[in-house]
Amino acid sequence: MSSYFFLEDNSVETTVKKYLKKIDENSHLNAFITVAENYALEQAKIVDEKIKNRTAGKLAGLVISLKDLICTKGIRTTAGSKILENFIPPYDASLVKNLKNEDAVIIGKNNLDEFAMGSSNETSAFGKVLHPLDNSLVPGGSSGGSAVSVAAGLSRVSLGSETGGSIRQPAAFCGVVGLKTTYGRVSRYGVTAFASSFDQVGPIGKTVEDVARVTEVISGFDKMDSTSAPNSVPDYTQFLNQDVKGLKMGVLKECFDEGVDPEIKKSVLETIELLRKNGAEIKEVSLPLLKYGIATYYILTTAEASANLARYDGIRYTYRNGEAKGLDEVYVKSRSEGFGTEVKRRIMLGTYVLSAGYYDAFYAKGQKVRTLMQKEMNETFAGLDCILAPTTPNLPFKAGEKLDDPLKMYLNDIFTVSANLTGIPSLSVPCGNAKNGLPIGIQIMAKSFDEGMTFRVGDFIEKNIKILA
Amino acid sequence: MDYEPIIGLEVHIQLKTKTKAFCGCSTTYGSEENTQTCPVCLGMLGALPVLNEEVVNFAIKLGLATESEIASKSIFSRKNYFYPDLTKGYQISQYDKPILENGKLEIETENGSKKIGITRIHIEEDTGKSNHSETFVNSTGLDFNRCGTALLEMVSEPEISNSKEASAYIAALRQLVRYLGICDGNLEEGSMRCDANISVRPVGQEKFGTKVEVKNMNSLRNVEKAIDYEIKRQIQDIKNGKEIQQVTCLWNAEKGITIPMRSKEDSDDYRYFPEPDLVPLLVNENWINEVERTLPELPSAKRNRFQKDFKLSAYDSGVLSASKEIADYFEETLKFSKDPKQTANLVMGEVMRILKETKLEVNEIKVTPEKLGEILTLLKGKKINQQAAKTIFDEVAETGEKPEKVMKAKGLEQVLDSNEMETWLEEVIAENPNEVERFKNGERQLQGFFMGQIMKKSRGKANPGMVAKLLNQKLN
Ligand SMILES: [Zn+2]
Repeated sequence: MSSYFFLEDNSVETTVKKYLKKIDENSHLNAFITVAENYALEQAKIVDEKIKNRTAGKLAGLVISLKDLICTKGIRTTAGSKILENFIPPYDASLVKNLKNEDAVIIGKNNLDEFAMGSSNETSAFGKVLHPLDNSLVPGGSSGGSAVSVAAGLSRVSLGSETGGSIRQPAAFCGVVGLKTTYGRVSRYGVTAFASSFDQVGPIGKTVEDVARVTEVISGFDKMDSTSAPNSVPDYTQFLNQDVKGLKMGVLKECFDEGVDPEIKKSVLETIELLRKNGAEIKEVSLPLLKYGIATYYILTTAEASANLARYDGIRYTYRNGEAKGLDEVYVKSRSEGFGTEVKRRIMLGTYVLSAGYYDAFYAKGQKVRTLMQKEMNETFAGLDCILAPTTPNLPFKAGEKLDDPLKMYLNDIFTVSANLTGIPSLSVPCGNAKNGLPIGIQIMAKSFDEGMTFRVGDFIEKNIKILA
Repeated sequence: MDYEPIIGLEVHIQLKTKTKAFCGCSTTYGSEENTQTCPVCLGMLGALPVLNEEVVNFAIKLGLATESEIASKSIFSRKNYFYPDLTKGYQISQYDKPILENGKLEIETENGSKKIGITRIHIEEDTGKSNHSETFVNSTGLDFNRCGTALLEMVSEPEISNSKEASAYIAALRQLVRYLGICDGNLEEGSMRCDANISVRPVGQEKFGTKVEVKNMNSLRNVEKAIDYEIKRQIQDIKNGKEIQQVTCLWNAEKGITIPMRSKEDSDDYRYFPEPDLVPLLVNENWINEVERTLPELPSAKRNRFQKDFKLSAYDSGVLSASKEIADYFEETLKFSKDPKQTANLVMGEVMRILKETKLEVNEIKVTPEKLGEILTLLKGKKINQQAAKTIFDEVAETGEKPEKVMKAKGLEQVLDSNEMETWLEEVIAENPNEVERFKNGERQLQGFFMGQIMKKSRGKANPGMVAKLLNQKLN
C-alpha cells in the first residue's frame, strides 16, 4: 500500500471523511463554493477497490479540490460569479480527466475572486474567503479558496490558476507552496478563461513534492488546446532532494527597492544567503521593463477578458433577468446583475483599450511591450538557472483595505506579473515569517518548461529553512 | 451628365467540410435543431477552438484556382459583437492577415472575358440561425447546428461595371467552387451568400462615389435586379440633388426595392484583436503542393480544351463544361462514340432535357455514357436515324435496357431499301392529292409535311436523306 505516495489512511474513504469533517469545522473560512460530498465518497470507494486490485493510478489516495473555474462534469462550476450560479458543465476539463485517470478524488470546488479577477478573494459572489491564521486578513487571490483549503487542511492539494500571480500570491500569504506553470504546460481546455494568453493552472500544496507530483499528472500536450505545448513531461521527483551547488541564480534587483515590506526583504535575503552558503552562485540581475509590467498586464488581460466574458449573455446557460423584455434588455439586465463590480470594471477597461481609435495606443502598444519583456527575460536568463524574488511586496492585508482602490490592489501583482507576461514557470515557497507570525514567500522563476529547476531549489529551501507552523 | 456604377462583391462561401471549422461537430444540413453541437460551438466556458485542417485545404484550393497569394503565416482574430445566434460573443475570423490575397476571377461578358481582381479571401466561422416564426410565441428560436461551420469570405475589387457582370461573377464563382468540391454553391439555400457594394460617379471622375451595401440577394436574378435598382436609385437621387448616404440595405425581392437597414454612424466597432486561443496558421510549400495535386481541371481550362481538341464551338464548349459532372459525362461518352459533335448534340439535347424533366443528377440517369455511346455508334453506322435515336434514348432512360436490344425490339433499324421507300411515297402521293398539287405549284414548305407522312408510314425507320431525294425526284 505504501507504494501510493498520497495514501494517508487505511482507506481513501477514511481520508475523504477526514477532510469532509475538516471542511465542515472550517466552513467560516468560506474556502469552498461546492463540496462534492457524495461524489467524493463514491469515488473513494471505487479507488479503494482499485487499490485492492493493484490497478489504481499514481494519485490514488490524493484528496484534491479545484478552483471553481475548472469545469467538472456533473459538479457545479461557477467561476465565483452569480452569472454562473447554476451552471453544471456537461464536460470535464482535460486536466480533470488526467486527475481522474490517476485516481485522485475531487472533494469540491474552491472559492475564488469572481472570474479570477482580484488579489484578495473578496470579489466572489459567494462571499469573501478568510485568512486561516487571522480571520480579519485576506488570504490573497484569486486562488484564495485553494490556498486556504490547503493551509487549513481541508484538502491535500488544490489546483489554482494564474493570470497574474493568482496562485503564488495566496500561496505566499497562506504559507503554502504554489506553482505557476509554463504557459502551454497544462491544457486550458475546460478552464474558464479570464485572459487566454496568460491563464495557466497549477497546484497549491503543503510541500514541493506534493506540488511536483500533481504537476506531472496535469501537464502535457492536449489536442483540445491549440496553445498547449508538445514538450515532454519529465518525472519531477528526480529534482527533489538535490543540492544547489553550482547553480547560477539571479536576484531581481527591482524587487528590493523601497516599497517592499522590510520583513519580507529581510527574510528573502536570508534565504538567498542560505543558498549561497550551500554553493549557489548568486548574481544581481535587473529587468528594467518590469516597471511597465502592471500597466501592460492590465491592458492585455482586460482586453482578452472583455471578449472572453461576452458569452455570458443571458441567452443560453447563464443567469438571465426574468423580467427583461427584448434582446437589449436581456443583455443589459442579465449582465449588469450577473457580474460584480470588479468584473464590470475590467470588461469596460478591456472594451475601451480595443476600441477603434484607442487600439494602437493601448492594445497594440501593450503587445509590443510584452514582446520586449519576453526578449529581456530571455536575455537575463542567459547563463542562469533561476531568478529569485519575493513573491509579494507586502504581507496579508486587512479585508476591505484595498477593495475600493483598484490601483493599490493591482500593485499587489507587481512581482508576479513578469512570469505571466513572459510565460515562464515560477514557484512560490514559504521562506520565513514576519514577527506577527504571518508567512512570507520567495519565488523561484525558471526558463520555460524548466519547472524541474523550480522544484529543485524550492525543495531545498523547504528542507533547509526553519519556518513556524 | 452620364454616370457609371462601380460594384464590388463580398461572397460568403459555406464550405462542405465534414466537420465544423473549430470543433468535431457534423455539418450535415437539415438535421433536428441543436443536435449538431458541442461545448466548443455552443461557447461554453473553457471550451477551446481547434482548427479543422480540411478548412485550410479548401481555402488553398480556392486560392490556387483564383491565382491568389497564399500567406505562409495568417492570423485568426476575434470579431466582437453581441447577437443571440453568435454563441461566444465574438466570431473567429481573419482580419489583417488573411490566408489569401490578390487573386482574380475570370468572367464572361458580352464583350468577351474579363478578369475581376480579388482583394482577399479569409477563413471564418458561421453563426447559428434565429427562428422568428409563429412557433415561438413572444420569443425567438435558436438553432446552433450551423454555428461554427466554416466559411470563406471573398472580397472583390470594385471592378465590376454592371449588374450583368455581377451575376456573371457569382455564376463563375459558383461554378468554380462546385468544380473544386468545396461548396454546394446554392444561393437559395444560403450556402453561397452575396453582398454588393454599389456606388456611382460621373463618367470621367476619379473619385469613387459614396457606397451603399446591399444584402439579401439570394439568386442570380435578384443580384441583377437589386443592383440595377440601386444604381438607378442612386443616379436619380444625385440628379435630384440628394446626397447618397453610406448605408447598408436589404433587397426586398417581393417589392423589388432596397430598404435601408442601418447607417454608417451606428455601425458596430468590432474591436478585432488576435485570437489568443489559436496559434498562427502556417502554410508551407509542401502543403500547397499536396493540395495542388488534388486540384481538378478548372472550368476555363476545360472549355478551352474542348474547343481546341474537339473542334466544338465556344458556346457548346461552355455549355458542356458548365458543370464538372456534365463535362465528365460528355468525355466518358466520347470514349465510346468517338464523335465529338454528335455526342455534344445528344448531351446538350437529350441528356440535358431528361435531367431537367427528372431532376436527377447526370450520374443518376439510366443512360450511362456507355449506353449513350452505343446509341451514337448506331447512329453513326446509319443503323438508325435521328428520330429512332431519340426513341431509343427515351426507352433506355426509362428502362436502362441495352440500346441495340431496344432497336431490335421496336424494329427501329433504319430502312435504306429504296423500293420499300418508293412504295411508301407512292401511297402518300395517292392519299394527299391536294398537297401534291400545291407542292407542285410552288409551296415548297410542304416538303416537311410529306417527310412526316413517310416517316409515319415507316414508323420512323426511313432514312430522311433518302426520303428527301426521292421526294424531289417524284414531285418535280
Ligand atoms: Zn461543436
